Amino acid sequence: MIPLNWYLILSAFLFIIGVLGFFVKRNIIALLLSVEVMLNAVNLTFVAFSSKNGQISGQIFVFFVLVVAAAEAAVGLALVIAMFRNRETLNVDRSNLLKW
Amino acid sequence: MIELLFFLFSAIALGAAINVIVQKHVLYGALSFIVLLVAMSGLFILLEADFLAVINVIVYAGAIMVLFVFVIMLLNLPSDEDGRDRLRWLKFLGIPMGLFLLFMIVATVGHAGLDVVAGRQIIGSPEAIGRSLFTDFLLPFEVTSLLILIALMGAVVFAKKDQ
Repeated sequence: MIPLNWYLILSAFLFIIGVLGFFVKRNIIALLLSVEVMLNAVNLTFVAFSSKNGQISGQIFVFFVLVVAAAEAAVGLALVIAMFRNRETLNVDRSNLLKW
Repeated sequence: MIELLFFLFSAIALGAAINVIVQKHVLYGALSFIVLLVAMSGLFILLEADFLAVINVIVYAGAIMVLFVFVIMLLNLPSDEDGRDRLRWLKFLGIPMGLFLLFMIVATVGHAGLDVVAGRQIIGSPEAIGRSLFTDFLLPFEVTSLLILIALMGAVVFAKKDQ
């Protein structure tokens, strides 16, 4: 039988990998992928606690996370297309009009 | 046996996640993310969330990641425009900060020491999930449909060519 904290530690590792990707990468699609990695880590936590408590609410929440991830991917990729059309680049350092 | 499967799937998941952020080309990162999703589904099955495991592969890997790969191929990206990064110091600051955060989380949850109860009945069955989704969580479900509608319109508006 697998203890709950193994799942939590694995989820923490996955989350930190996503955070590091968000810090280190400069390509905007890579940033979106890092966010998806973080969402997956959180999903794993939800399902682990759901299985541990014998309640289904955690799994329902994973559904909503999935929906939000889909909406985020759709809008985010539309923004990526618009950005590439205007700037010819995907580097987030080159699109800094809103920075100051 | 279960422990062996857990280690197998978590090794695959960690390797794929690291590969996502290490790859130079985004397309390989996206494909590696699909491997991560499949490993996640294996972990969900170990946690007796069968329906979520299937949905994870079908919806996440089958729809969302196809959208990613589609956009990456549509844009015909220039290969790795790393060029001059003005924020290169973020790497040297971000990695220690991230490792510190990892240390904090693991120190917090690491000795939780709770056993995952082996579900005598499968709680993640499609019937149970559908029942809960359409009774207890009916209002969030409906609001979610509104969110998807707004995201759909937003995607069309943003990606449209301006006149």
